[in-house]
Amino acid sequence: MNLKGKAWKFGNDIDTDVIIPARYLNTSDPAELAKHCMEDIDANFSRKVEKGDLIIAGDNFGCGSSREHAPISIKAAGVSCIIAKSFARIFFRNAINIGLPILICPEAAEKIAEGDQVEVDLAAGSIKNLTKNEVYQAQPFPPFMQEIISAGGLIPYVDQKRREKS
Amino acid sequence: MGMTITEKILADHAGEKFVEPGQFVNVKLDLVLANDITGPVAIKEFKKLNTPQVFNREKIALVPDHFTPNKDIQSAQQAKELREFAKEQELTNYFEVGEMGIEHALLPEKGLVLPGDLVIGADSHTCTYGALGAFSTGVGSTDLAAGMALGETWLMVPESIKFVFKGKLKPWVSGKDLILYTIGQIGVDGALYKAMEFTGEAIEELSMDGRFTMTNMAIEAGAKNGIIAPDEKTIAYVRERAKRPYKVFSSDPDAKYAQIFEFDASDIEPQVAFPHSPANTKPISEAAGIPIDQAVIGSCTNGRIEDLRITAQILKGKKVSPYTRLIIIPGTQEIYRQAVKEGLVEIFLDAGAVVSTPTCGPCLGGHMGILAEGEKCIATTNRKFRGRMGHVTSEIYLASPAVAAASAVKGRIAAPEEVR
Repeated sequence: MNLKGKAWKFGNDIDTDVIIPARYLNTSDPAELAKHCMEDIDANFSRKVEKGDLIIAGDNFGCGSSREHAPISIKAAGVSCIIAKSFARIFFRNAINIGLPILICPEAAEKIAEGDQVEVDLAAGSIKNLTKNEVYQAQPFPPFMQEIISAGGLIPYVDQKRREKS
Repeated sequence: MGMTITEKILADHAGEKFVEPGQFVNVKLDLVLANDITGPVAIKEFKKLNTPQVFNREKIALVPDHFTPNKDIQSAQQAKELREFAKEQELTNYFEVGEMGIEHALLPEKGLVLPGDLVIGADSHTCTYGALGAFSTGVGSTDLAAGMALGETWLMVPESIKFVFKGKLKPWVSGKDLILYTIGQIGVDGALYKAMEFTGEAIEELSMDGRFTMTNMAIEAGAKNGIIAPDEKTIAYVRERAKRPYKVFSSDPDAKYAQIFEFDASDIEPQVAFPHSPANTKPISEAAGIPIDQAVIGSCTNGRIEDLRITAQILKGKKVSPYTRLIIIPGTQEIYRQAVKEGLVEIFLDAGAVVSTPTCGPCLGGHMGILAEGEKCIATTNRKFRGRMGHVTSEIYLASPAVAAASAVKGRIAAPEEVR
């Protein structure tokens, strides 16, 4: 799967409360959540972001609450991939489980600037900065997680596993 | 080679004799938990699996605690989805308004989590149960849906960090101060993906309520779980609640740790965490004086009976400062009842505080105490990201019940000694 778009940069410790504030958690409708994506850190984000764009962040992205509404709002806003130096663990699991591509790559997180055009080859874990003409290599996922990713998320994966059992 | 308590519980639930950090294990679940925010999403995903029934109707707990009693029509709709699923699946551990409490105060009280258990919950503060010597961790709704269907989940065995608290606590210093101090030392990602194991003389001295406060906030340092090995206090707590057998684990003397921190608890003052990070912690001597508009005492961190007793000790015969709101939220109906019996609620009312039904409410900016533009609040809750309790310019300071109560009396951040 190739993902391509413009980079939106964020800093360290981006928490789930700024990704999707709790005042909007009285719904789980992805389209509704998308309207408020990143609202408390960038009020206009959901209007500016275009389909395919990428979020580039520092350490501990998605810290805080377990709300799956956070990766759901990012995915529904059109973001194709998040590249960060590191992720908070619950967010990491949630993103993989709902089929939102994420990559851990400190080099890319450092070198990609806001507005750069970025292309990601997910299977290879390679990140191309088309603006700067650079290539960065993300950490590969363990085989166990690769299976979940290639199944398209946890629910299709579990479904598959249960069918194999019966 | 030795194992830590966390590794032993994971090995036990994976059917392995030995596990080590970095290893992926498939583990059996003793309890699976969701609330009125994460539950509806989990139920939607569960239904995609075409599984007629949950793996065990006695091992799922659904607690409508976040936006309940329903704050608006949409929240009512979400609570209804939870209720209907509980009915349809004939779940034995659904707790309706009137018997529910804040999930992480409620489940231990009901004896639903016991030492040696492995619990996942679609709430990040699920790590609270580590105080019982259980492994518990927060997950999202999709993980929870799979857990409800299969009764198992995958986990990576975390490395452990040991925190040894030597010495005796100073007056008014509580589990909250120890954990705020710890997060201040290691940062909000200081324990990312790792287990935080708390031990030492000062931990032994803490009551179960104080220990729950500490493990509750392990997630604020990015940890997978927080854990305290069971001792006589733990066993006394579970003895009157347990309805099934349990296993007591402890770390081997030669267990491996990624890091070991030693703190002298007798040096630690009451702590205040400043906006907007729980790691931005200062001793009360450097925090006193900041004016506040509201104080909140409650939450899964500090809404237990000991917290209310300390609050009453500070408030007795005093008044909340003019133009300051003090909101007190008992964690469960049982705690509420106990607070009435002991006369604590009367002390709160005499002081001019309001006492709410159990709810997560203001902690996550749901309802029951939302902040206006630029307002400042001191809270005994666990988290204070920008805008969490209301307007994006409002500010939250985290502290213990003693400091929050003293601050409500003074109308500014104050040390307990200024009032008592």
